[in-house]
Amino acid sequence: MKNLFKIFLVFLFIINFTPLKSAEKVEYLKTDWSFKGLFGKFDRAQLQRGYQVYTEVCASCHSMKYLSYRNLSEKGGPEFSEDEAKVIAASFEITDGPNADGEMFTRPGKLSDKFKKPYENVEAAKAANGGAYPPDMSVLIKARGGGADYIYSLLQGYEDPPMGVTLDDGVYYNKYMYGNKIKMAAPLSEGIVEYSDGTEASVQQMSKDVITFLMWAAEPHLEARHQMGFKAIVYLIILTVLVYFSMKKIWSRVETEV
Amino acid sequence: MSDHDYTPKSKVGKWFNDRLPLLSLANHLTDYPTPKNLNYWWTFGGILTFCLITQIVTGLTLAMHYIAHADMAFDSVEHIMRDVNYGWLIRYIHANGASMFFLAVYIHIFRSLFYGSYKAPREIIWIIGIIIYLLMMAAAFMGYVLPWGQMSFWGATVITNLFSAIPLVGEGIVTWLWGGYSVDNPTLTRFFTLHYLIPFLILGLVVLHIWALHVPGNNNPVGIDIKKPSKDTVPFHPYIVIKDGFALLMFMIVFAFFVFYTPNILGHADNYIEADPLVTPAHIVPEWYLLPFYAILRSVPDKLLGVVAMLSAILILAALPWLDTSKIRSAVFRPLYKQFYWILVADVLILGYMGAMPAEGLYLLIARVATAYYFLHFLVILPVLGFKEKTLPVPLSITEPVLGGSSNMAAARNKESLKN
Repeated sequence: MKNLFKIFLVFLFIINFTPLKSAEKVEYLKTDWSFKGLFGKFDRAQLQRGYQVYTEVCASCHSMKYLSYRNLSEKGGPEFSEDEAKVIAASFEITDGPNADGEMFTRPGKLSDKFKKPYENVEAAKAANGGAYPPDMSVLIKARGGGADYIYSLLQGYEDPPMGVTLDDGVYYNKYMYGNKIKMAAPLSEGIVEYSDGTEASVQQMSKDVITFLMWAAEPHLEARHQMGFKAIVYLIILTVLVYFSMKKIWSRVETEV
Repeated sequence: MSDHDYTPKSKVGKWFNDRLPLLSLANHLTDYPTPKNLNYWWTFGGILTFCLITQIVTGLTLAMHYIAHADMAFDSVEHIMRDVNYGWLIRYIHANGASMFFLAVYIHIFRSLFYGSYKAPREIIWIIGIIIYLLMMAAAFMGYVLPWGQMSFWGATVITNLFSAIPLVGEGIVTWLWGGYSVDNPTLTRFFTLHYLIPFLILGLVVLHIWALHVPGNNNPVGIDIKKPSKDTVPFHPYIVIKDGFALLMFMIVFAFFVFYTPNILGHADNYIEADPLVTPAHIVPEWYLLPFYAILRSVPDKLLGVVAMLSAILILAALPWLDTSKIRSAVFRPLYKQFYWILVADVLILGYMGAMPAEGLYLLIARVATAYYFLHFLVILPVLGFKEKTLPVPLSITEPVLGGSSNMAAARNKESLKN
């Protein structure tokens, strides 16, 4: 058993030396994410509020190309009812076609449609945003070093530039952005959305809601993963204990310690 | 193999076995006499077999849904993560499985280094192992390219560009590898093909690795030759099977923790950004298991020599049975070697850390010293140590240190010393 302990030590050592924590020195803002930890899961109301922030604020520039409207009613997500999701989908004009005459046409969205993109293509997005492409948000949380904490901080990190820093037109100062210069204007301001459940729409609250929504968008099966993980590990531990005693029993026939 | 005389009891069994001795093989595998003092460091062979099978099975499933095309690879991976039933589970097992595989193989290799398992008569086992390790690195590297994220693309660019260091033909080789003038769709499709092929090559080599092992039998922590079968051995089944099984379960708990709770911690965030040939990431870093070699590559100022140093760092291991001149296998009886062994372990960990840091200033200096020491260990320290080191007395059998020398053993020892 002493040797097993050593295995774990070596293992921990390797984990500590993984390069991932190296790059950033800025301390991110922290908050109590509901999805962290062994039993972490999403708060439905928070995901629904987050979707509201996304669709009313972010979606005017940021696409979410891997999500469909049907995802909004799926288990583990915001869990809108299917009828609600249908209404949400129908509120978007989707280009479809070509029809029998070879013409493209628009129709109300269906559950199977992907989220409507704000721009036709990357070039159009760049042209409308001073040359910067607003990244697709489907996996954004997983695509940034600091993850949820980083983007949460970024949304609240807008400040007046310090003395001596001059900014070009359309460039803003953000203390969490790499290089501190960002081409996105502060997207959130007090009361920019009106929550129907009466939650106060402070910048901090909206940031937290929308980041939770983005986390779900990046990891739609996070809840299922955590639940299955707990069962799998408990099962493995029980089996390990049983096998340990079987091993002891079998090895008791030889005068060697295992 | 000691069991040619095995005959199946049933008539049908005998008929079959005379034509294809599968039953003899099964009998050999269950009865295989194994030293009874093997510690838990010896369980990683079984764990590695598990890792290989896991990678093959999950990989086959992923290949049914993955699309090897530069425009669709990233999308198809997201399709697996979102819409394929338990696709997220299969992909996370496969991605973390690669890291677990390397974790296990490094423990397996360093166990060999500590107990001198590479020495005569086990050189062939060792060399096959090194080939397997090289193929693993190739497979892992190409697998990391398949999701076609930013690190995939730029990692592939950096690594394939290493071949351009070869004088005269280098540039031509790189173009040939890429199938074009940059890393692009032809590169992706051939990497996918090779990534699919290599695990089966590894599987074949694993069979040879085990076959070669079963000729002399296992080394053991005492590092002495033992009589087989004898009081020093136990049959593989059930003794070693259950012990390997127990260790495997412990390993699976760690594995499961990564898969279910921190599935992305061993990967790089940039790989969730779709590959873009026009945007270079700030730091291009390989996966953690390649970092020590990456550090060696970067610590040499010349590109060609850097590549040579990196390759030598791996290939030098194949010459280890002849570089280590000591007659004693186990570090338990080699007080000096034991210390140098742990320094080497620290050296490799330091190299790994430096591989993750930017190659500048103090980091670069430390990486250079560590690289020099790495080669010093194998080329100078090991050969000299074999002649200079005063080793501790080695017991004659595994049971002796436990039971104390009987009169028989004392006699045997006298005979041994007369011979010398």
